[in-house]
Amino acid sequence: MTAHGRLSTSLPVVSGDKVSRPRAGESLVDPPAGEAVDRPPSGEPRVEVVDQHVVEFVSDSGEGAQSAGQMFGTVSAKMGNGVWTLEIIPAEIEPPPRTKASCSGNRVRIGKGPVTNMGETADVVVAFNEQVLYSRIDDGALRAGSLIFLDNKWAADPDPGIRESYARALEDFGSRGYLVQEVPMHEQCLRIVPDPRRGKNMWAVGLLCAVYQLDVDRVRFEIEAKFGRKGRKVVDANRALARAGYEWALENVGVRYRVPAEPVDETMVVMNGNQAMALGIMAAGIEVCSMYPITPATSVSHFLARSFAAAGGFVHQAEDEIAAIGFALGASYAGKTPVTLTSGPGLALKTEFIGLAVMAELPLVIVVVQRGGPSTGLPTRVEQGDLLAALHASPGDAPKIVMAPTSIGECFHFMITARQLAETFRTPVMVLSDANLATGQQPFERPEVRQEWLAPPVDQSRWQAAVEPYDWDPETGISQRPVPGQRDGQYVLTGLTHDSASRVAYDAATNQRTATLRSRKLATLRRSLKPPEVYGDPEGDLLVVCWGSTRGAVEEAIDGLRQDGENVSSLCLRFLSPLEPGLEEIFRRFRQVMTVELNYSDDPEDPHVDEGGRRYSQLAFLLRAATLVDVDCWSRVPGIPLSPSRIKEVLRQRLKGE
Amino acid sequence: MYGLKQDWIPEPQARQFVLEDYESGVPRWCSGCGDFAVLQSLRKLARDEQLLPEKTVVVSGIGCSSRLPHYVKTYGFHGLHGRPLPVASGIRARRPDLHVFVVTGDGDCCAIGTGHWIHAVHYNMKMTVMLLDNSIYGLTKKQTSPTTGKGYSSNTHPDGAMLSALNPLTVTLGITNASFVAQTVDWNPAHLYATLLEAHRHPGLAFVRIIQRCPHFTPDAHEHFQRDPSNVLLLTHPDGIPADDVVLRVFKNRDELDPTDRAAALEHAAREDVLPIGLFLRNPEAERYDLCSAVGLGMSAEKKLAAAQAAVDRFLI
Ligand SMILES: Cc1ncc(C[n+]2csc(CCOP(=O)(O)OP(=O)(O)O)c2C)c(N)n1
Ligand code: SF4
Ligand SMILES: [Mg+2]
Repeated sequence: MTAHGRLSTSLPVVSGDKVSRPRAGESLVDPPAGEAVDRPPSGEPRVEVVDQHVVEFVSDSGEGAQSAGQMFGTVSAKMGNGVWTLEIIPAEIEPPPRTKASCSGNRVRIGKGPVTNMGETADVVVAFNEQVLYSRIDDGALRAGSLIFLDNKWAADPDPGIRESYARALEDFGSRGYLVQEVPMHEQCLRIVPDPRRGKNMWAVGLLCAVYQLDVDRVRFEIEAKFGRKGRKVVDANRALARAGYEWALENVGVRYRVPAEPVDETMVVMNGNQAMALGIMAAGIEVCSMYPITPATSVSHFLARSFAAAGGFVHQAEDEIAAIGFALGASYAGKTPVTLTSGPGLALKTEFIGLAVMAELPLVIVVVQRGGPSTGLPTRVEQGDLLAALHASPGDAPKIVMAPTSIGECFHFMITARQLAETFRTPVMVLSDANLATGQQPFERPEVRQEWLAPPVDQSRWQAAVEPYDWDPETGISQRPVPGQRDGQYVLTGLTHDSASRVAYDAATNQRTATLRSRKLATLRRSLKPPEVYGDPEGDLLVVCWGSTRGAVEEAIDGLRQDGENVSSLCLRFLSPLEPGLEEIFRRFRQVMTVELNYSDDPEDPHVDEGGRRYSQLAFLLRAATLVDVDCWSRVPGIPLSPSRIKEVLRQRLKGE
Repeated sequence: MYGLKQDWIPEPQARQFVLEDYESGVPRWCSGCGDFAVLQSLRKLARDEQLLPEKTVVVSGIGCSSRLPHYVKTYGFHGLHGRPLPVASGIRARRPDLHVFVVTGDGDCCAIGTGHWIHAVHYNMKMTVMLLDNSIYGLTKKQTSPTTGKGYSSNTHPDGAMLSALNPLTVTLGITNASFVAQTVDWNPAHLYATLLEAHRHPGLAFVRIIQRCPHFTPDAHEHFQRDPSNVLLLTHPDGIPADDVVLRVFKNRDELDPTDRAAALEHAAREDVLPIGLFLRNPEAERYDLCSAVGLGMSAEKKLAAAQAAVDRFLI
């Protein structure tokens, strides 16, 4: 079975405790499509076995569907399933309830093997009200056949307006072909807690645990881990809620799915990209994180705020992004390579200091968790729009290292590499993540933190007086830096053009030479990079180049097309500055090369767009300039990740020459 | 010495520093510029306190005044316009062993860097902040600054500044955690030196506004204070800036101000009929952010490793 696990059970549609009328478009009796079906003892629902499924929890903001999804994902991962989660985040803290703007939740895609992206439309959704579902409909998250468990509390709401819109929505959902099962979530929760708005979410987890045959003991454990801090009463109440949801589903839901787990030998961890980055920061031995809150980067610092001190680290919440990077550079100058975290608008503010870091050669890790731009743009939504800003985010020539992780595991490991590169090359290193990686959870092999990952203690030995503070190696541009406290190393760091003694020098020769040496560091690093690996055959009709979080969806699309006999491959870049070597040779072996990205580009057929004036997507722009290959692009700015099927469709058209 | 490594041997004698040990380069200020006096005072302070040059960092922004670090043979950070305070805070955060001095101008601190000024005072991390206030943008050639007096002509306001000058003292005194606020003048080396010394010894952020002459662009701006010292009001107090005979002989116009009395300090700081110099506020007990930011300093690699691994393991499947 492929992407769409079809509902193949005769599903008694239950509303409250009574069986309700099937609705228009409910093709409930869909014969099993030939896949393996475990038959439980008679009387119990048949279990449909699927390779993967997409599950969503959606509620009004504040009702906890996000944590329900996280818990469902964690439990699935712990049972050995591949998992990818996508957070559905409202832009406001308390948007009006029962509106599209209020939609908050989590999508969990679970698979037999590793899962690298959010997949296609949802197979199963638990919705706390009908209105938030409209936001998911707008995002194209549902399809005819999606099974929706919907809280039926609204059918009996004292407000006739609400009753009416609920009834209308049910009608509408039916006509869209969704399979709706009304469930008495609110009523059931009310038996356990006085305010079901705080508690429905665990009931919902219990419900889907029954549907997906997850281990309830693990849920009990997760509840303890999540609520333990709040005390016994809270833990017990949440356990009771999950148990109630589970038992209700056993009695009243006639559908069961199982996504078989393929146990892996390695010990695994599961977390989201921002948590992985925070852990990577700790494992890199970084001691200072200097930041100003901005979505979707902030949660890295939330994690650190609780855990960093145990590893000897400190989070500085500065008065603004300029101060955040200034503080970081102060710490760097004093010998502690720090990290500063931000997103697009904050990157804009940091640019002047980034130039100083390049000019004065101060090591620094800059994490940019991209969101939609320009300006405040789409604060909670994904985009890959800051690549060129990262590369050129500073007036003048400001060469710096730019890397982009493509998975949650890389979010962790790149932090260690970034710190090491920053120090070796005495330069800022930017790590570009995005809102999709930031909140997406995925299991990866448990890293064994090693001593050599940690930053060495600050060198306070005596500096050799004869060695200048910028004793550039003419071959590599690399130099060692004195750190305050090192006797005889005294120098005055300056953002003005300076010679190897850090003396201000305005002459043409010095300016040319020092600019060259700074650039040479990138050339040196590039020499040590391996050419990227091609995913698929090393030659063919079409090569898709991508970067960052789109890799998973691109590779899944490539898998699909290759299964269909198409001659396509893909390639993912992790180093954007310097660019990984060997691209021209790789590109030459394909008839067409194009990028797929989550940022803006003109379509060639847009009005007034001619070839010379067409604005390409950001990686395409870069590759065209770097390789002189006619790299084409397809990119969009939907604010949500690209799905494999969408990419497949685009590539298929491209292969047909459309 | 047999059996002992060379570098084990303690220094034969303690290091002794003289003024030249803190001198570097030839200052490029106009002759008569008040910045010279500040440089001289700072070097003298370093010598008198025998500050280890390698343990001393002078941080500045951009401006004529901000060139100062280049002329002191310690570590220095000549960074960005308006941003020396975040940099200095970052240096201080994890290095309690360093002496941190900040040199900033009236444009640097009170215009482009205003946000950082407020917050640095609030953080109250141990450092000496010297605001070299010449009431003009010097380096960029005579533009109005926030501290330019109303009516004073500049290249951006040839008909005179339109608003009254912003008062950096009353602003600073109003900030929560302000712990040391003083004012002095570049043309009285004894008072300048005494003020910087008190500032350096203060356990927290010491904010010193130094009224600085810019003979190149504003030769007339401070004349009446110099010509007639009775236009200056010397603030005295047993817990204030110690005034020696030289200082007392010049400044006859005096008033006692208790540096724990913030309301009185604000009143004095706001005076426009005279230029008050001396100590306005001293509170060694104020909260200090650098004591918070230094947590975990010097933690062993083993402990860091264990903490990182434990944090990872919270996500074990
Ligand atoms: C971001 C930025 N904006 C503007 C400038 C230009 N600039 C340099 S110094 C200065 C003003 C200097 O005035 P002040 O801080 O009072 O120092 P002074 O020269 O008077 O000592 C300005 C506007 C700059 N270097 N950087
Ligand atoms: S312009 Fe003014 S402040 Fe600048 S060096 Fe000359 S006298 Fe000093
Ligand atoms: Mg000035």
